[in-house]
Amino acid sequence: MIYLDYAATTPIDEAVFEAMLPYLKPDGLHGNPASTHGPGFKARAAVETARQQVAALIGAEASEIIWTSGATESNNLAIKGALEFRGFPKNGKPVHIVTSKTEHKCVLDTCRQLETLGARVSYLKPDGQGRVTAEAVLAAITPDTVLVSLMWVNNEIGTVNDIEQLAPRLRERGVMLHVDAAQAAGKLAIDLKTVAVDLLSVSAHKLYGPKGVGALYVRRKPRARLSPQMHGGGHEQGMRSGTLATHQVVGMGAACALAAARFDADVAHWRGLRDALWARLQTIPGVLRNGPTDGDRAAPHLLNLSFPGVEGESLRASLGGIAVSSGSACSSATAEPSYVLRALGRDDETANASLRFSFGRRTTAAEIEQVADTVIAQVAWLRELSPLPRNG
Amino acid sequence: MPIYLDHNATTPLDPRVLDAMLPYLTGPYGNASSVHRYGRAARDAIEAARVQVAELVGAEASEVTFTSGATESNNLALKGLTEGRVPTRVLYGATEHPAILEAAESLRPHGWGVETIAIDRAGIVDWPAFEAQLARGPVRVAALMLANNETGVIQDCARAARLVHDAGGLLHVDAVQAGGKLAFSFAATGADLMGLSAHKLYGPKGVGALIVKSHVELLTQLHGGGQERGLRGGTENLAAIVGFGAACELAAAEVGQRIDRWTVLRARLEAGLRALPGITIFGDGSPRLANTVQCGVAGWEGEALLMALDRKGIAVSSGSACASGTGEPSHVLIGMGCERDTAFSAIRISLGVATTETEIDRFLAVLADLRAQAVAA
Repeated sequence: MIYLDYAATTPIDEAVFEAMLPYLKPDGLHGNPASTHGPGFKARAAVETARQQVAALIGAEASEIIWTSGATESNNLAIKGALEFRGFPKNGKPVHIVTSKTEHKCVLDTCRQLETLGARVSYLKPDGQGRVTAEAVLAAITPDTVLVSLMWVNNEIGTVNDIEQLAPRLRERGVMLHVDAAQAAGKLAIDLKTVAVDLLSVSAHKLYGPKGVGALYVRRKPRARLSPQMHGGGHEQGMRSGTLATHQVVGMGAACALAAARFDADVAHWRGLRDALWARLQTIPGVLRNGPTDGDRAAPHLLNLSFPGVEGESLRASLGGIAVSSGSACSSATAEPSYVLRALGRDDETANASLRFSFGRRTTAAEIEQVADTVIAQVAWLRELSPLPRNG
Repeated sequence: MPIYLDHNATTPLDPRVLDAMLPYLTGPYGNASSVHRYGRAARDAIEAARVQVAELVGAEASEVTFTSGATESNNLALKGLTEGRVPTRVLYGATEHPAILEAAESLRPHGWGVETIAIDRAGIVDWPAFEAQLARGPVRVAALMLANNETGVIQDCARAARLVHDAGGLLHVDAVQAGGKLAFSFAATGADLMGLSAHKLYGPKGVGALIVKSHVELLTQLHGGGQERGLRGGTENLAAIVGFGAACELAAAEVGQRIDRWTVLRARLEAGLRALPGITIFGDGSPRLANTVQCGVAGWEGEALLMALDRKGIAVSSGSACASGTGEPSHVLIGMGCERDTAFSAIRISLGVATTETEIDRFLAVLADLRAQAVAA
């Protein structure tokens, strides 16, 4: 089995596991980080070290990092918390959010939930490469706009939004900016000291850390204000209650430190694999690359392709030895074609005949060759079997 | 090695639980929502754990929703039951955990009447008052804990369920401290919802469950992805869920012998405590968890005593870890009608599966020493 679904989840890096292990053993490091005794203080110290490690990866201060159970919770907390802090929906004031059609499901679902409470949401359509430009966002801003939520890197097609350009212009207009960086952290350089993002979500299990932990960056200066969404105990500066899972938090810290240390090598490795796979697969007649065609403007770790004239389900079934995805894992339970590809203007059939290949630290050039051979052969065979019209 | 007597705050991981988790921490397991082989293996592991959790508490696997912990479970219960409804009342016991108390209070601005359920000096629901309270108007949900985190007092949740159901409401039971320390059944309590945590029963931190009867209409509080049958979005915390399942299976098999051991140890502990002057054991005479003793030491400040014990390498608590360092007396003891001075003097000693007689004796000796020094000073 060749695993090329690292954008869905990564295994825990060995070094990360080694960092976590002492906190899973009954040797005095098991304390509750909120307890005010020796074992509690030891756990607390580990939590704070990890907080610094996460902060360092994104150019933040440790005090700006709030632990959560993952990016879904971070995104929920950012969007709902920002609106609730402004009195929504109780004060009855009109509230407008700008986001895009290609956000992760948890951002879209959160926005839809807020619509049921009376918020107005603009879901911007990206350009043909999946990009939502700063101009498009600014054009959608109204006097009621309180929040823009835009992902830095798209999880299905790897498009990089120009957050650097957008952030200062939203700051000028007094509109908060939340960025889902679950696919961006460790994949592209993020320095929040120079980019005026107010809220930013990160997940550990997309960057060789454990599942079940994430973080929300909450800017201190100027202070981004949120209402907590999980009550009880007032942990995390009152913004997120609940006993901290020391081993997971430590794992996320270690994963971030590792990602920072390996950044250049990781990016070069993924980019090389991606370009090698594309070089092979672009020989397939009619194949379409989804997302930026200029690799420099795409995230390095994934490649999304459509194979018109092939039935999607058969294509995936024919690649039994290769773990790839047809889009986001979070939407894979639904048999619907990817809404991200639909937003790019792909029709249902083409969207359905698409694969997302995503690369990891251990992916080898030989695996890429093997995958390329298989895909080329299977696409040719399936097209011979049941020639669908090629509308690509 | 320090003596850890704060198992109600958190427990160490059982080494057997860690063994069960290891493959999922080091292996190639995928995202449980992925349809390929790695994803399906993750899915199977989660479903097996769901059965293990259900079996510990006498529930159906289909009634178990995994969360990030008890705080999330309790928040999901109270907010998910009230969201989008015409506000009536939400009731919670005066001695509930902060996660219940604060989640309930957060509903007040949304128009809900939020009231506390009176608890008597023994730590038990004041039943006549509760009945009168229920009769005063409609109730959406009442929240009561099965066993109190500080005093260990066990509540008659089946009785509460009958009363709440007669009043047309639902009962949510926070069973975080009862899990693995008391034999009980979700079905038998008659509760409609029940919160559980893994790290209080030798499982990992960062995972819990909300048990929900199928007839209960609950709205998700974490949107996105539709995991957990739409009740809780987010990629499942695979290794922790597996650990939770393993911990529940062990607890189910061993709860009887754990209780037997604790009963003997606690008798020794309480006999030693009672030999000291000025000791009050809270909830004394009420049914309590076998591992828990909360006591007041006249003339002492609990926080100071906790620190003095910590310097001697003994970890106890002055109440809930979640309220540590706030400088406030235990709201649990205040809720039981205890005077502020007495509440300030409280410490909680909670035993674990590995606690020994020697540790109890050492704790008692250190406590007696500290007391003698204080008297001499």
